[in-house]
Amino acid sequence: MARDMSDKDILKMELEQLQKEVKNTREPVSKTAKEICEWVEAQSAEDPLIKGVPEDKNPFREKGGCIIT
Amino acid sequence: RPSDTLTTLKTESETLKTKLEEERAKLHDVELHQVAEKIEALGQFVMKTRRTLKGHGNKVLCMDWCKDKRRIVSSSQDGKVIVWDAFTTNKEHAVTMPCTWVMACAYAPSGCAVACGGLDNKCSVYPLSLDKNENLAAKKKSVAMHTNYLSACCFTNSDMQILTSSGDGTCALWDVESGQMLQSFHGHAADVLCLDLAPSETGNTFVSGGCDKKACVWDMRTGQCIQSFETHESDINSVRYYPSGDAFASGSDDATCRLYDLRADREVAIYSKESIIFGTSSVDFSLSGRLLFGGYNDYTINVWDVLKGTRVSILFGHENRVSTLRVSPDGTAFCSGSWDHTLRVTNRFSYARLLVNWSGSHSVITPL
Repeated sequence: MARDMSDKDILKMELEQLQKEVKNTREPVSKTAKEICEWVEAQSAEDPLIKGVPEDKNPFREKGGCIIT
Repeated sequence: RPSDTLTTLKTESETLKTKLEEERAKLHDVELHQVAEKIEALGQFVMKTRRTLKGHGNKVLCMDWCKDKRRIVSSSQDGKVIVWDAFTTNKEHAVTMPCTWVMACAYAPSGCAVACGGLDNKCSVYPLSLDKNENLAAKKKSVAMHTNYLSACCFTNSDMQILTSSGDGTCALWDVESGQMLQSFHGHAADVLCLDLAPSETGNTFVSGGCDKKACVWDMRTGQCIQSFETHESDINSVRYYPSGDAFASGSDDATCRLYDLRADREVAIYSKESIIFGTSSVDFSLSGRLLFGGYNDYTINVWDVLKGTRVSILFGHENRVSTLRVSPDGTAFCSGSWDHTLRVTNRFSYARLLVNWSGSHSVITPL
């Protein structure tokens, strides 16, 4: 538990972790960002908070009221 | 290395941190918003609060949606945990915990139980009875035991396991039936304030954030920290995976939200404005990941365009800090909980049905 550890132990723990992380493989942002954008664009059309939901199909619409058809 | 002093350890740590940032910087060849330049900007956003859930006697601290997209569990400083039907605003269940400041609550995937905890240092599971008169507290199961407050909890993919984070600086995975700790996660240097489980398709990882300003990604099976990020300038109050699992967002007391790309292994966006000076308590994505909702300590909710880095909307309504915020499982609405004792369910206001046919053809008025 971090609260029970001495400052020295915490630093040792951080050091070990950093030594591991330096060796992680990484990909360029130009590639990963492009994939994130593509993923979002593919999903956006079906995102109810982006495209909205017609009031009569909105499960949270206010009770009562009318629609004009 | 018994001869290591605090100073030598610190120096080595600083050197490694610099090296790590250099390695990360080599692959930082473009900004996310630059890649997103060609994407169509989002239009005007009108949001409307559809339901206000009143019933808590004090600050709402946490909430979670049921997979049925209509029920909500919320917990409060007054020790109460309430299960609501958000469609009708009816309270379906209420439990009084033996402690105040119930900082964490979660709905089980089956919808048949809720988990909660806080200043009692525990996470307890309450099976939800169909009999409204049954005393839920009688069937309570104590699952997790920490040595300091419980800050967050969530069920894994089934009702059988719970992940917890605590003020004691650790996270842990527990078996609900036996109460046994299956795995513990050490690495934060101070209180862990939040966690989020990766979407099931992306494997067994979760992310945590803490008072040490770090966000850590963990392997649930080995207990190892895979990646960590330390770019926030203050406590991280909320972390949430991006829907694809390749990134996560964080919200902090430093008044910013940030996006971390897991494959590029770096922060790729900061969502901030000079005018926003109060901390972010909670963040969540819309279904597609295009929008990031942030609840703030200045009582507002800011809505960000995740790709372009701009704010698309600011929502007012709560009369005190927004402490918790989650988008519903099907993305049709989001719920925010506040220190003003209420929860609000909000979604887009669609003008579609307000258009009236003026061409002279017969119009019919139909009650909804």
